[in-house]
Amino acid sequence: MTVTTRTDQASTRIPTPRAASPVVRLRGARLAYGPRVLWDSLDLDVAPGEFLALLGPNGSGKTSLLRVLLGLQPLSAGTVAIHGQPVRRGHRTVGYIPQQRALDPTLTLRGRDLVGLGLDGHRWGFGLPSARRRARVLEVLDAVGARHYANAPVGLLSGGEQQRLRVAQALVGDPDVLLCDEPLLSLDLAYQQVVSGLIDARRRTARTAVLFVTHDINPVLPVVDRVLYLVDGRFRIGTPDEVMNSATLSQLYGTDIGVIKVRGRLLVMGASEEHS
Amino acid sequence: MSFGEILHRLFTFRGSWQLLQLDFVQQALIAGALLALIAGALGPLVVARQVSFAVHGTSELTFTGAAAALLVSSSLVSVGALVGAVVAALAFGLLGLRERERDSVIGAVLAFGLGLGGLFLWLYPGRSSNQLSLLFGQIVGVSRNDVWLLAGCAAGVLLVLAMVWRPLLFASVDADVARARGVPVRGLSVLFAVLVGVATGLAVPTVGALLVLSLLITPAAAAARVTANPVTALLLATLFAEVAVLGGIVASLAPGAPISGYVTAIGFMIYLTCRALGAARLRRAGRPHPAPAA
Repeated sequence: MTVTTRTDQASTRIPTPRAASPVVRLRGARLAYGPRVLWDSLDLDVAPGEFLALLGPNGSGKTSLLRVLLGLQPLSAGTVAIHGQPVRRGHRTVGYIPQQRALDPTLTLRGRDLVGLGLDGHRWGFGLPSARRRARVLEVLDAVGARHYANAPVGLLSGGEQQRLRVAQALVGDPDVLLCDEPLLSLDLAYQQVVSGLIDARRRTARTAVLFVTHDINPVLPVVDRVLYLVDGRFRIGTPDEVMNSATLSQLYGTDIGVIKVRGRLLVMGASEEHS
Repeated sequence: MSFGEILHRLFTFRGSWQLLQLDFVQQALIAGALLALIAGALGPLVVARQVSFAVHGTSELTFTGAAAALLVSSSLVSVGALVGAVVAALAFGLLGLRERERDSVIGAVLAFGLGLGGLFLWLYPGRSSNQLSLLFGQIVGVSRNDVWLLAGCAAGVLLVLAMVWRPLLFASVDADVARARGVPVRGLSVLFAVLVGVATGLAVPTVGALLVLSLLITPAAAAARVTANPVTALLLATLFAEVAVLGGIVASLAPGAPISGYVTAIGFMIYLTCRALGAARLRRAGRPHPAPAA
């Protein structure tokens, strides 16, 4: 880890990141909308292949953090870098998976088009068909097990089928960082496992760092390395065991929170946000 | 008049061939073909972006631009129509960026624009009906110069569209991810509004406000029913628009009837046919999904 000249504040110290130099680095990061401070003095390093879950109630700035990393939202103070470079819009090594949304059944878009747009949709021009492009799209569709509905209209696919395509769309550009904004929301349990399994496989095989916004940690609990828990301007970073306990969450929420572990699932009681 | 006589009046081709030899008829056909080309290319994106109402508003507000231009000089009416359409499309594009308030923005701007147009007409000292009749479509009045102007504009619109096609499609069908991938979604939205404004501003004086919807929306909506391939949709929409316009003009020649009824009827028949063909495909939307393979 490179030494920063800035003095780390005791309250926001993070555990020493793994040996490799971090893919994502925030130092003294602050995001505020007018007088409302979402988070401040945030220091965060995410190592290659690390799976970081972003948790917290609505409006705590989880999605805003992703927007900062996508270059869509400037920080109010501090620095943010990906691979040591300041973030910018359309960074080629950053993949993005949105939450599932209902699509119009007559939308003129097939699964392979959705994935293809992830590959070169940002480029100008008409984009003439090429064998290499076609092969790359099919390769990724195979990798997520979505090849057999590659030609189906995306609006006719189930939420889970759509999210498989979303994973393929994000992976087709071969990203080093994968930003996931509640990709499991509104999926049934089986598909939650499929989609989180695909993301987990990617970071293990390609050492892609994953920042995963979620309401509920349970579907990804087995694969999460660290948690960044944001509540009302306060936050805590650590392993799930370090953060997801009664003492830490009670401190964060400033009220009595109970956390119990039942058969490998975490039940959080008393938080303003629902946790199953 | 009996039903048979009505049919006979509406559907006759006696003399059509002779009429097709005439210069002004041929110019009308070329103008119609050029407009269908632009409309077919822009239509699928209009439908995907769900901005049909904005196109309708834009086509009506060409009237305001034309009426304002009339106050300056009666020779500027078509320029005014074009400017009015582009300004209206930009207003819809900029004010209605949020999907939720798009409808109400269009309603508010449209009402104000039409009211303004009415005032401009009242201010005009001469008889305005002749000059403004071109808003209802004067395709047989298209001059050779008009055809050249149309051809130039069509080439410009198609060229710009080809240059921005991929990011524009991305932004139109998948805005959130496009934004995350660095596509200038907002800027493209404004550019698309200008393209639609130009297409509408050119089309309204030629084929009338009514036919703008029939060219920009009906063919694309029909294509979306039978294909999910964006490029096939583009080609089909263009084909449908050409069939409707050219078929409509030819069918209207011998009866000497206004073309709008024929063009809209052909377009609507194509739309109904595609809906029927696509019905089975869309029924799948409600099918139960098989459990995912883990």
